[in-house]
Amino acid sequence: MELSELTPILLQGAWITLKILCLSLPVAGALAFIAGLTRLFAPTPLRQMARVYIEFFRGTSALIQLYWIYFVLPFFGLNLDAMTASVIALGLNIGAYGAEVVRGSVLAVPKGQYEAAVALNFTPWSRLWRIILPQSLINMIPPFGNLAIELMKATSLVSLITIGDLTYKAKTLADATLQVGEIFGLVLLIYFVMAQAMAFLFRWLEARLGRGLDRGGLRS
Amino acid sequence: MIELDWDWDFTWEVLPDLLNAAQITLLATLLGSLLAIGVGLALSLLRRSPSRWISWPVYWVVEFVRSTPLLVQIFFLYYVMPEFGVSLSPMTTGVLALGAHYGAYLSEVFRSGIDGVEKGQWEAARALNLSQFITYRDIVLPQALRAMIPATGNYIIAMFKETPQLSAITLLEMLQTAKILGSENFRYLEPFTLVGLLYLAFSIVAALGVHQIERRFPKEGFSLR
Repeated sequence: MELSELTPILLQGAWITLKILCLSLPVAGALAFIAGLTRLFAPTPLRQMARVYIEFFRGTSALIQLYWIYFVLPFFGLNLDAMTASVIALGLNIGAYGAEVVRGSVLAVPKGQYEAAVALNFTPWSRLWRIILPQSLINMIPPFGNLAIELMKATSLVSLITIGDLTYKAKTLADATLQVGEIFGLVLLIYFVMAQAMAFLFRWLEARLGRGLDRGGLRS
Repeated sequence: MIELDWDWDFTWEVLPDLLNAAQITLLATLLGSLLAIGVGLALSLLRRSPSRWISWPVYWVVEFVRSTPLLVQIFFLYYVMPEFGVSLSPMTTGVLALGAHYGAYLSEVFRSGIDGVEKGQWEAARALNLSQFITYRDIVLPQALRAMIPATGNYIIAMFKETPQLSAITLLEMLQTAKILGSENFRYLEPFTLVGLLYLAFSIVAALGVHQIERRFPKEGFSLR
């Protein structure tokens, strides 16, 4: 097969990859904030639960989590289609890593900021929402960018539960045409371009959201 | 309807097989991390080369390997190498892929560790007329090691958690074994759960180990000779 015939098929796969990425990123982001903030501020039993979630999903591997959700949950009467299972598994996995990022960034806000907010009689909620989070958010962007790229790379795992993503298309095309070199080379290149685009996006986001800090002279 | 019917007989039946497979997983991790440390060290030194003709390509190779999925790299090695007349076993392929992938990550760790060594140390070594090799082996690396240990340990644990991907090229590590046992008995609950728990146990132990090494490590480093 010519390269011009292979490319459209691979791009179809890349589109599925992108779709899974776009669906699981918000899941991971939401879980990161929920678990990260719960681990910091919630009452003890909830805090312990958040901790168990974080440790469990960081301590086992993503592929096993995916298999467990896809193959084992049906034993509990919960049948998920491959797409839903993938989004849930990837979201849960990266969300656990993200929770540690949220926790670290919130803890990195100088203590004086908490004290000032208390002194000014802010309620606990507005203390978090108006003082702490806006400052920690900017610190979260670079590590979140890295995690988003990790998530993009992890989407390749869904090919192992028969979703037709980029990796799956590469594998089936390679098996059919035996042009393994061109196909896998091209696929690696597509992943690389996606990762570079994401890195660029997050760098832009960091610069854009950091403007307030520059104006206030809080960032060199 | 949610009901948990855990089959203990089946558990005891599959556990020995899974523990046997754990040896393969651990072997792949061990060889993979040794290779990764070597590759990482070489890449980090090349990256520091004064010639842009060396440092620039190395930068992009590292960037490329780091930002593409390990699974595709595994497939690449497994299917493309035979085109060049080199057929590799799943184990060899796996070790090479893990070594290359994490070598790229580790090269960044080593680079920042080496950059963290005070400039005066380099200048003193130069003033004492020590060769480049001696400077690295006896002066720079021993001091840089302490900063490198936690991150290196974490990457090795991360590598361990990515070994299940080698099941895609039929290496009989834990996950692949669990999958076969599951499909033979039409029961995935016990094998997959056990594999998950084994991974959890191993990574907790490994994390404690890294923490211990970090704590016990002498601040001034130790001699590499």
